[in-house]
Amino acid sequence: MSEANNYILTMEGIDMAFPGVQALENVDFTLKRGEIHCLMGENGAGKSTLIKVLTGVHKPDAGKMILDGKVIHTKSPLHAQSLGISTVYQEVNLCTNLTVAENIYIGREPRRLGSIDWVKMNINATNLLKRLLNVNIDVSKSLGTYTVAIQQMVAIARALDISDAKILILDEPTSSLDLQETKQLFMVMRKLKSDGVGIIFITHFISQVYEVSDRITVLRNGKLVGTFETKALSRFELISKMIGRTLADLDEMTNIKLKTSKRIQSEPVLEAKNFGRAGEIKPFDLELHAGEVVGLAGLLGSGRTETASILFGVDRPDTGSMIFNGKSVSDYSPLGSIKRGVALCPEDRKAEGIVDDLTVRENIILALQANNGWLQYLNLQDQYELADKYIKMLNIATPSADQPVKNLSGGNQQKVILARWLATNPQVLILDEPTRGIDVGTKAEIQKLVLELADEGKACLFISSELEEVLRTSHRIAVLREREKVAEFSGEIDEHKIMHTMAGSSE
Amino acid sequence: MKKFKLNLSRNALSESKLLFPIIVLMLILLFDFIFIPGFFKIENRDGNLYGSVIDIMRNGSIVSLLAIGMTLVIATGGVDLSVGAVMAISASVAGILMNPSALKNEVFFVTDPTYTFQPLWVVILVPLIVAIICGIWNGMLVAFMRIQPMVATLILMIAGRGIAQLITNGLRVQITYRPFSLIGQGWFILPVSLYIVFVMLLITWAITRRTAIGMFIESVGINDRSSFFSGISEKNIKLMAYTFCGFCAGIAGLVACSNIKTSDANNIGLYTELDAILAVVIGGTSMAGGRFSLVASVIGALVMQAVTQTMYAVGVPAFALTAIKAVVVIIVILLFSDQVRNVIRGLGTQKNEV
Ligand SMILES: Nc1ncnc2c1ncn2[C@@H]1O[C@H](COP(=O)(O)OP(=O)(O)OP(=O)(O)O)[C@@H](O)[C@H]1O
Ligand SMILES: [Mg+2]
Repeated sequence: MSEANNYILTMEGIDMAFPGVQALENVDFTLKRGEIHCLMGENGAGKSTLIKVLTGVHKPDAGKMILDGKVIHTKSPLHAQSLGISTVYQEVNLCTNLTVAENIYIGREPRRLGSIDWVKMNINATNLLKRLLNVNIDVSKSLGTYTVAIQQMVAIARALDISDAKILILDEPTSSLDLQETKQLFMVMRKLKSDGVGIIFITHFISQVYEVSDRITVLRNGKLVGTFETKALSRFELISKMIGRTLADLDEMTNIKLKTSKRIQSEPVLEAKNFGRAGEIKPFDLELHAGEVVGLAGLLGSGRTETASILFGVDRPDTGSMIFNGKSVSDYSPLGSIKRGVALCPEDRKAEGIVDDLTVRENIILALQANNGWLQYLNLQDQYELADKYIKMLNIATPSADQPVKNLSGGNQQKVILARWLATNPQVLILDEPTRGIDVGTKAEIQKLVLELADEGKACLFISSELEEVLRTSHRIAVLREREKVAEFSGEIDEHKIMHTMAGSSE
Repeated sequence: MKKFKLNLSRNALSESKLLFPIIVLMLILLFDFIFIPGFFKIENRDGNLYGSVIDIMRNGSIVSLLAIGMTLVIATGGVDLSVGAVMAISASVAGILMNPSALKNEVFFVTDPTYTFQPLWVVILVPLIVAIICGIWNGMLVAFMRIQPMVATLILMIAGRGIAQLITNGLRVQITYRPFSLIGQGWFILPVSLYIVFVMLLITWAITRRTAIGMFIESVGINDRSSFFSGISEKNIKLMAYTFCGFCAGIAGLVACSNIKTSDANNIGLYTELDAILAVVIGGTSMAGGRFSLVASVIGALVMQAVTQTMYAVGVPAFALTAIKAVVVIIVILLFSDQVRNVIRGLGTQKNEV
């Protein structure tokens, strides 16, 4: 009995079906007061769906939800919020054309004499971001001008600031955050936990799970595997419970790396000289060679994404030149890059990646089709073959190639974008956070894939906020700091040295 | 398991763009069948077919043509308010090419049905080229000058009629040239304008669905930034859509003036842009852009025409027509909105639970 009282939330026998997909099947979930509870599972396991059932985005086909001893039927996210359920959704659902401050206070703006007190709102927002997450930004600029990571933190700040929350839900809030920001977020979470708030935390970073959580619930294919005390479950057990088998050794990867590094061509495919754009990235030199993976490391705001954008021609350089296969480049545009054989898998999946109403098939062939031109329309059979090939290769969970991509889980959408760029069969592959939101098993597979692609003779630029991942996949690492390329490491790479270079501190 | 099936059918219903406009059209025709005697009677005069249903299709051909072009524009996330004015321009150019007397400021009535100043192919080609130029103008403003579509096309909507007036020197130009009037008035078993709509629909469908253009248009309409990253030239796609829309308006203008045997710069195409936009919306294309269906838009145009014709048939006075039409349109669009659909869906699931 006392045990039951301890639960702030109980979900029982939740069923939820989408056309062709049983997303949740008889799932039970409990949340205690003052606990951090991790929800784990592969891409498409049903984690986000469970959250959306709780917050009233989806109406479950069956099941019961009890909040604080009372049965609830959440009708909408707004309704859930009024019941004390504060949520950061996986797909940041803020308005990019409003300012940061407006996004934080939308619907609850500070008022003076009946009208919105803009000055106070901006001050409050600045303080809130500073105090909670240690973020210093201009809150009067529109949200769209900031990177995904900042947008993510704004979404978190908004959720954290809602004062009378009983439950806080964070669906992959750390997917594009760096170590530092993640630490900061964990501090806030621990504080809320000690205030008695129940926190549901979804992540694909196993180490974060062990750092903050008290209990873990694992889902697989929409079914409950079980709920465990974090202390009593080893990482190995956790991963095998998630994927239903044991994870192949990562050792194999390091071997591939050794193998491929011998194949690096001496002539660069792509050579950027004194390449830069004012306000985005200071002029830099960079060479990409066939057979090689170059990692790009740097802290949040160091200019990683800007480097990728300018190399791909999203933004034009205002200084410097680029030589591709020995020829000087003049057409700086995405289409020009695609035609040369350059691909960019962008960081911001929602804004720059998926075309959400188009099907998985259409999303996969999009860039290839743009390259071929509108007249050479791939015939449907080839389209399906291509789509099915990548669905299989990247293990994309979808009922069919004709599913609108918006109906896929976040991680599977990411795989579709990756597939789009692989389908163009590029010579140079720029990957900006390609494993963002991707589950552990698939993540290792994608890293392996990148190394295999290099082995086949492609040049890869691998960008990730996760240093470990960069280290594991790269033959050479370029480090960025404050929008400037400050160093390059190759050979035996020392992790600590890179970390110090990133932070700009001496050893 | 039963629930699962229900889910599927519900989804198929909301996915198919054709179903909704067809249902609405059926409902209106059912109303006509019950309340208007002889509505479905079709006469055969000298091998040509006549009747109310055929009238709906014939009178609806102008809005159908506009709706075809408008569909592409709306699918890119834009709108073209100038189609009515472009119709007037195209009609004026055609009129003056057949009967240039207006330019000399003399009102002189031609009565000879074989008289024309320029040969038929010039009379058809030149207005279409002018209409295409109008479309390019709109497209440039929207795609390259980044002016809001509503504002950009408003310019030509207002200026266009003035231009049409200038072309005809402010006069209504009589058209007597018989071969030209066949376009709007001719009959070959079915009205000639129906064949024009059909051919345009077929050509447009082939251009959009047998090439990658259709997918590119939808992609740009759904997410122009993602499309840009994928190498789709968002600007060229938009330019193309507006240009094509101008072309369609040009054809509609020819049909219209041929039908009334007059190039009336003041009245040709007046308010038709609204009918065309509504036809597209009824056809299920979102004003925000994205997925489109040309056939559904044409059925939407027929819905618009059927409503008008039914009003006339039941004796609604002309002055009340627009008001009642507005009410019907509101109901139709509400029925199709996501909000209402969700409510209906909600009712469905509640029943499920019991
Ligand atoms: N609106 C929808 N329509 C149809 N299918 C959906 C919809 N939303 C989710 N699904 C399906 O439900 C399943 C579970 O998706 P969910 O988003 O819950 O996964 P997840 O565990 O959050 O995965 P990820 O780690 O990738 O975020 C997936 O197979 C997905 O394709
Ligand atoms: Mg998810």
